Amino acid sequence: MAETSTVRTVTGRTTSTPHTRVLGLVTLVGVAWLVLFGLVLSPADQNQGESVRILYLHAPAAWLAYLAFVVTAAASALFLFTKRHSLGWDRLAGASAEIGVLFMAITLVVGMLWGRLTWGVFWRWDARLTTTAFLFVTYIGYLAVRRLGGTAEQRAQRSAVLALLAVLEIPLVHFSVKLWRGLHQDATVLRPNGDVKLDNLMLFTLLSGIVTFTLMYVWLVIHRQRTLTAEDLLDDVGLELALAERRRESIPSRPPVPQAEVPITEVKVPS
Amino acid sequence: MTWRRTAWLIARRDLLVEWRSRIALNQVFPFAGIVMVMFGFAIDDTSLMERIAPGLVMLATMFALLVLVQRSFAVESEDGALDALRTAGVSSSALFWGKSLAMAVQLAALEALLVLLAVLLYGSTVRASGVALLLATWLVTSWGLATVGTLYGGLAAGARGRETLLPLLLLPVVAPVLIGATRAVEAALGARGSVADGWPWMGLVAVFAAVFCAGGTLAFGPLIDE
Repeated sequence: MAETSTVRTVTGRTTSTPHTRVLGLVTLVGVAWLVLFGLVLSPADQNQGESVRILYLHAPAAWLAYLAFVVTAAASALFLFTKRHSLGWDRLAGASAEIGVLFMAITLVVGMLWGRLTWGVFWRWDARLTTTAFLFVTYIGYLAVRRLGGTAEQRAQRSAVLALLAVLEIPLVHFSVKLWRGLHQDATVLRPNGDVKLDNLMLFTLLSGIVTFTLMYVWLVIHRQRTLTAEDLLDDVGLELALAERRRESIPSRPPVPQAEVPITEVKVPS
Repeated sequence: MTWRRTAWLIARRDLLVEWRSRIALNQVFPFAGIVMVMFGFAIDDTSLMERIAPGLVMLATMFALLVLVQRSFAVESEDGALDALRTAGVSSSALFWGKSLAMAVQLAALEALLVLLAVLLYGSTVRASGVALLLATWLVTSWGLATVGTLYGGLAAGARGRETLLPLLLLPVVAPVLIGATRAVEAALGARGSVADGWPWMGLVAVFAAVFCAGGTLAFGPLIDE
């Protein structure tokens, strides 16, 4: 059975393995590296001044969020269109979406702070910002649908279809918001991406941020996916326990039904 | 029974249930009306009201859409009608089209009422050159909102907490309709731009309706099968 390796991982009380420990360590080093280059070694920008340093967090967080949502869509498609309908894909989609929402929130908050410093306003109604906000809300809805209840299979099917509908929705929203902005372009202090020139050290810092955040994403998604597997297993075990309990109640004089006990003793519940 | 006949029967059934219970007529339409009056209280500027009337009409439509969709699926899940239909072998795409059609009819009636209210309350005027655009926008908006409402209503049907979940799922999705239909109606009523400016916006709503009509036809089955 394909689940056995996961079960073994789950029954040991941690979601980490030697590989993920190394990955976590490398990510930590990457974060320290990014802090060093972002806050100390890289120069201030000619136009933006010190506030350019916010972008070393903002851009990698945005990249991570978009990457996470692409993985969610791909994993949902794999769940729906492969013959096995493996719940592993569903849990990968769920784990990835959670991380995506978290980092999308970071992107938006940090981006607003940068906007206040650079443009003088927290929010501009341009297409990219507005679509990002919509993406954020859409995936909050996706996570809510995952918590609707029912069996793991119901959850997987519902959320996979929803994730693919989001793939339809997002380009439409982006396109319409872009058209909408084209109608009355407002004057702004600085065009986004317009004349921001990056020197080599800045570019290097930004790239190391993206590499670090990608590693962080992989590390987070592995752990979250394993936690979700444990939760699903716990649900199954809980159901079996409840069934056995009912059976015992119905036959008070006799000892517990033996076959109901078998699966419970096999799978240890992680405490 | 052919696919088309099934869809038609479902649409007829939904409209008949609606007509006999009069929920849409006695509760949802007055709700949309009071929303229009509340907009008036909140904005309190006659010249501004006239300019933003199309947007307010669309917003009131969206709020009413949420209520209509919930009603449409509450009827289904109360007596397990949805499960019974699926067990009886009714194809999910026919079910989707039938329910969308019934929803579109109700929405079309609602929008007509709201435009009338905008004329009465906000001083909007319908110009002769904009009538064709207004009618086209009216049709594609009703159809687009109905398909997407049915699709997401099916997802939330039968789930605990669906009353709170549906607005969260549906409102971000219908944003393109809000943008497109508002601009088109603004052009048709002369609130902003010329009539010719409005047609591409109507096209945007039509694209939206086509995409979600196709998406719903494919996805409705997996969404409601449980």
